[in-house]
This record gives sequence, structure tokens and C-alpha cells, in this order.
Amino acid sequence: MRILRLAVTAAALLLSFEATTVQAQTTLRIGLAEDPDILDPTMARTYVGRIVFAAFCDKLFDIDEQLNIVPQLALSHETSADGKEVTIKLRPGVKFHDGETFDAEAAKYSLERHLTFPGSFRKPELAAVDHIDVVDPLTIKLSLKAPYSPLVAQLTDRAGMMVSPKAAKAAGDKFGLRPVCAGPYKFVERVQQDRMVFEKFADYWNKDNIHIDRIVYLPLVDATVRLANLKSGGLDLIERLLATDIKEVQGDPKLKLSSAIELGYQGVTLNVGKDKAKGPLSQSAKVRQALDLSIDRDAVSQVVSNGEFKPGNQWVNPDHPYYQKAFPVQPRDVARAKALLKEAGVTTPVTVDFMVSKGAETEAAAQVMQSMAAETGFDLKLRVTEFATSLKQAEAGEYQAYLLAWSGRIDPDGNSYIFQKTEAPQNYSAWSNAEADKALDDGRLVTDPAQRKAIYAKLTKVVLEEKPLLYIYHRRILIAHTNKLDGYKQMPDGLVRVVGLKLK
Amino acid sequence: MLNFLARRIVQLIPTLFFVSVLIFSLQQLLPGDPALVMAGEERDPDVIAQIRQQYRLDQPVPVQYVYWIKGVLSGDFGESLRNKVSVRELIGQKLPVTMQLASMAIVIAFLIGIPAGIISAVKKGTAWDYGANLFALWGISTPNFWLGIMLIFLFSIKLGWLPASGYVPLTENWRASLSSTIMPAFVLGNAIAAILMRHTRSAMLQVLESDYVRTARAKGLSERSVILKHAMRNALTPIITLGALELGTLLSGAVLTEQIFSIPGFGKLIVDAVFNRDYAVVQGVVLVTATIYITLNLIADIAYVLVNPRLRA
Repeated sequence: MRILRLAVTAAALLLSFEATTVQAQTTLRIGLAEDPDILDPTMARTYVGRIVFAAFCDKLFDIDEQLNIVPQLALSHETSADGKEVTIKLRPGVKFHDGETFDAEAAKYSLERHLTFPGSFRKPELAAVDHIDVVDPLTIKLSLKAPYSPLVAQLTDRAGMMVSPKAAKAAGDKFGLRPVCAGPYKFVERVQQDRMVFEKFADYWNKDNIHIDRIVYLPLVDATVRLANLKSGGLDLIERLLATDIKEVQGDPKLKLSSAIELGYQGVTLNVGKDKAKGPLSQSAKVRQALDLSIDRDAVSQVVSNGEFKPGNQWVNPDHPYYQKAFPVQPRDVARAKALLKEAGVTTPVTVDFMVSKGAETEAAAQVMQSMAAETGFDLKLRVTEFATSLKQAEAGEYQAYLLAWSGRIDPDGNSYIFQKTEAPQNYSAWSNAEADKALDDGRLVTDPAQRKAIYAKLTKVVLEEKPLLYIYHRRILIAHTNKLDGYKQMPDGLVRVVGLKLK
Repeated sequence: MLNFLARRIVQLIPTLFFVSVLIFSLQQLLPGDPALVMAGEERDPDVIAQIRQQYRLDQPVPVQYVYWIKGVLSGDFGESLRNKVSVRELIGQKLPVTMQLASMAIVIAFLIGIPAGIISAVKKGTAWDYGANLFALWGISTPNFWLGIMLIFLFSIKLGWLPASGYVPLTENWRASLSSTIMPAFVLGNAIAAILMRHTRSAMLQVLESDYVRTARAKGLSERSVILKHAMRNALTPIITLGALELGTLLSGAVLTEQIFSIPGFGKLIVDAVFNRDYAVVQGVVLVTATIYITLNLIADIAYVLVNPRLRA
């Protein structure tokens, strides 16, 4: 028995020695909630993939904490008076990871690749672009089919990512297996579902602000396991911390919490135009208003996030520059909700098929709303459905209410147009309103923020009256990291930016 | 013997064909649309239509099957819809991981389960027996998920001895590799050990009451020799079969355990592929797993024949 004990102790010591010496000092290990899809900015489509791109693929523009658009690989931009031409000056002295020079030809190639490559997911984002011209070696001009004010905002994300033309031409649709961009880190290796390794790019244009040698991304699906790894020192930073774990992180002197309110929202899409059963919810705006008034958003946030999520009623969060303060969140009003149901002349309880995709947060939110709505005369029948199946059913209109989140875009157009415009791709409500359609189109034509905000005020009024979608809350982006990491700032887009970070 | 072998191998062909048809058709029953899932948040109708065309999802199912099986026969399992990596490469990456984890788990299971079963049978009705039974009950009824998290809390967070998750290949660094797989292997092995213990115990109890054991004792052999040389050998035959079956199951992937410890094996691959409706990956992995299972069965059959020539007819 003594020998056995000795052997176990020796083995554990041997293995623990190994465990502590494997990682180098200047490696930042980031725990992701999912394994990203392909690392090609033209073909990528997941939120988690955007987090990884931030380390190796610079864009023409970026955003700051106040959501202002700031230059990255571009230096400036200018839109013509008629809004149909956007001229972009590019940063000089930029190299791709393969040593190729970034210039106007490379920028034109990257944008054209996004626009024309078979299976490109960027095509809809750049659909307004008719053609791209090289003005001089460091200037390009984008000619648009019609004025499109969200264009520069689109270039702050994957549509603005620049790839090495030489590498992209050689790799074709396999470019994402060994991507070559112009970001602070260059791609080293990827083992699917295991790790993605990047190392510092010596010729990066902003190399003085890069202080960590390597970044390793590790997909760890379970949030508890991610946190356990952070606590044990196996990771330095984790994304999508559970709101219920905030106290644990705050109580640990070795950890720090960084957070920001997301650009997206959690909302209930109401089937207005495709409801085969023609239920009261689809037939009457008053019934939809009654359902909205049944919900105490603060209480929902309290239950699902200990009050960390921000209650909301519009497609942008209350801190966003485009939030319409004239239309604040309505408090719960059971009496008014009951009166509205009476005015609508419906028999209570109003039964609603409420589709909820599987997940702790979504299910908890749906249950709270169910019990609140029951008090005003609704019988929400929760139907917990696996996500892929729920999407298919939403497209087919096989639901009456659907709890569906959106990760959000910087420009308000990205949170509204595709969901609210008649027959837009994600208008699962199948809602159609001429006034809203006009406001959505007008919002794309005008670049002046004050004028745009006035246009969106009209849209907000219509949407809040008609309620094709109930906006419930905006989640807090929760990032936990070791206190050895210096300089981390959380942006509302949820991305983990690595420029300026230091590991003590 | 050669005839037997040839016959069994010929029988494999229709079996594998049937399995391939089954995999393909069952998958079509999955609700949801792979093109829609693949599009993620970018659900533009034109892009979705292009995905359907590119991956032949717009073709009738039998046509899709013919394209797939033609590829498989030439060694091309297709490519992942999600990240464009070839399925063959993915299988090549994950199979060694799963094999390592499964082998370690089965070794742990044998090392714990068989001695516990023998002791429990030999010391029937004593505290040893009750202790071993308690262990078996615990092993069978403890959820892998819970045990995994508890081990992480103890050995990674409290003691800091082992990495909480992740995987290092054996070829890269064998010590780091063992330290990253010992906890998941224990979690898997523990559950199997409990089953092995129960079977070993009942097989041993049966053998210990047989005539030849009584004869051995009557001849004056030591108890140690009776148990280890005579009783155990016979009792172990069904246990080894059971162990081989458990190994087959482990090779098809230990989904929960791989998720908790972030071991990039077959289980994790297939679960992600199912949720992402990554058909090519699901088909490829299931086909390879089925082939492994069938081959293990064939090897077991051959082993029986070698032991017992009467089965050759």
C-alpha cells in the first residue's frame, strides 16, 4: 500500500511539473465558447469566428468604445455629395503576413473577393457596391448603385478585412485553412475543436503596441469548465462568462471582470403575416401591445442575469447613439394590458405557441415571461426546440412567438432592416408596413447622424405601435481574465482586441 | 480456416453497404436545414441557395447518396460544410485521440474492476464484498459529467496538479499527454470498472462452486493457486468479451467526457457536427465507427474459432 501511495504521489508530481512548464510566459490563452467556423473573412459567418479574426485580420476601419468609426488599415474616408462614391485613403507601410505589400490593388482585390467569390457571405453586406477603382497606389474609390450610409460601418467588420491577394489566389476556397492577412498576429496552426495558434507578426504596422508573443485560442463549450480553467491558470481570458458566475470572479483576487452592453438584443419575434392558425396575436396589434405590457423586463433580467442585462424596447440598447429616448421602456401594466385585450375583443386566455431555442438563459427568460403573461390573460405554451430546427420552423412560419437573439451590428440598419423590411431575409414576422419600409430605406440614403436619427424615430414609433417584435433586453458581454493581463478593454461588439495587451 | 475468413469478409460488404444507406437515410430525418445552419446569422436567401447548390443539397437524396458513396469508395469522404477541412483529415486527427483515451480507460477499468470482482467473490459476505459492491454501485450511478467536474475542482483548481482540460498528442510530449488524459480516462474507466466488477464477481462465484475447483482444492493446491490459476482463467473469458465490447463503445466517442475535458476526439466531433448539420462529417465518422465495430466483431469471431475449432463449420 505504501509503495502504491508513493507511486501515485510521484506520478502526480511528474505530471504537475509538466503541466506548469508547458506554457511560455508570453502566451495568451483564450477560452472560446465554441469552435469557430472557417477562418476566411469572405466565408466566415459566426460570432466566435469574429473574436479570432480580431487577432490576425485587420480591417479598413474599426470602432472605439463610444462606437465611433476609427481608421485601421484605412486613414480616412470621404463620401461624395450625392452619396454614391466613397473614397478611402489607405495606410502606407502595411505588409501582409506573407511579406506582400498592402496597397490599393490589394484592397480592391479583397473587396472584390468579398463581392464575387462563390459562397461569399459578405455579398449582401457590400451589395450596394457597384465597382471599385484604384485612384492611386494608396487610394480606392467605391462607386455605389445607390447611396448606402451603413457602408463604412460594414467595413469595420469582416467585409472590411483585407487578405493577401497572392495567398488568396493560390489557396482558392481553402484560404481559411491557412489565412494570410495584415493583422498583429499571424496564423501558425489549427487543430479543429482543439486549438488555434497565432504568433506575433514582426512587420505589423503597429508593432510597438504588440507585447505578447503568442495567442492560443481554445474552444471550451461548457461555461463552468471555461471558468475552472481560468481559475486553475490553464487559461488567461475567457469569453461568455455566465452572469451567475460574476460574483465568483469578483470574489477571486486573481481574476478581473470586463464587460460592456452588447450591440444586439434578445427579443420575441411575433408571427404577424404567416400565422396559419390566424391567432389573435397575429391579427391584432392591441393583443401584441397587451403581451408587451405584461412583461416586466427588469424582473426578466433579474432572473436570467441577476440584473446584469439591460432591459430594452428597441433594436439598439438604451446607451446607443441611435436609441430613441422619446420612446422609453414601458413599465409592466397589467390593468392596461387587460383593457387592451378587452378592446381587441378576444376571449382569454389567448393561447400562443411560443418557440424557444434550447438553452439555460432562453428557457429561463421564456418561463418568466410565461408566468407574467398568464396574469394578463395569455397562455404561452412553451415549445423548447433545438436551434437548427427552430430556425427552419421560423422560416416556415410554424410558430406564433419565437424567442430569438441577434448579436448586433454597429450601425442601426444592421439591427433593423433585415428583420423589419417587407420580405427581408430575416423578417420572420412576415410583417409589412409601408411607412416602416420607407423609413428603413431612407435611413440608408442619409449620412448625417441627426437626420438619420430623425428618420429612425419615425420607424421606432411604427414598430412600437405595431410590435412585430418585442425587444426584451440587451445582454452584457462578460469577459473574465487573469489580473496578470494588463490593458484589456471590452468593446460593445464583444470582440477580444489584442493590441496593447501585456501579460505581467 | 481460410474458407471461414473469406466467407466472413465477403459478408462484410453487404453489411457495410446497409450501414452506409442507413446512416445516409437516418440523417435526412434530422429536422432543420444544413444550408440555413451553415449561413449562421447571415441568412441571405441568395447565399443560402448558393450553398444548397454547391453542396448538392438541392438534389434528390438518392443522387446525393450516389455522389457520397462514389467519393467514399475512392477514399474521399467529402469536406466539412462548416470549415472546409476534408473529413478524412478530421478523422485522421481525431481517431488517435479517441483511441488513446479509450485504451487508457479500458486499462484503468481492467485494473480496478477485475481485482475488485475477484476479491468480492472470494470474500463473499464479508466487509470486502460489501465495500466492492458499494464501489460498483457508486461507479454505475455516478454521472460522468459530475465526476469530471469534481476531479477538475480537486486536481486542477485545489491541488493544481493536472491541467483542467485540453489535449497534448502522445507524439508531442508523452508526459503532458498523459497528464491531459488521465482524468477523462479515469472518469470513463471508473464506470466500466464497476460493470466489470459486477460481472467478474458473478462469473467467479459460479466457477468457484464448480467441480473442477473442488477437485483442485481436494488435491491440496493452495487457495491462491486455485483462484488465480484455475478459477480466474475460466471466469475471465466472458469478462474479456465484455471488455472488448466496452472498448468498441468507447471508440465511438465519449461525448460528455470529451466535452467536459475538451478532448478533441470522435465524440466532440460528432456532437458538433450533428448540431451544425454538418452532414459529411456525421456520415464519415459514423461510417468509420461502424467499420471499427464490425471489424472488432470479426476479430472476436476469429478468436473464438481459434479457441474452439467446432465453430468453423
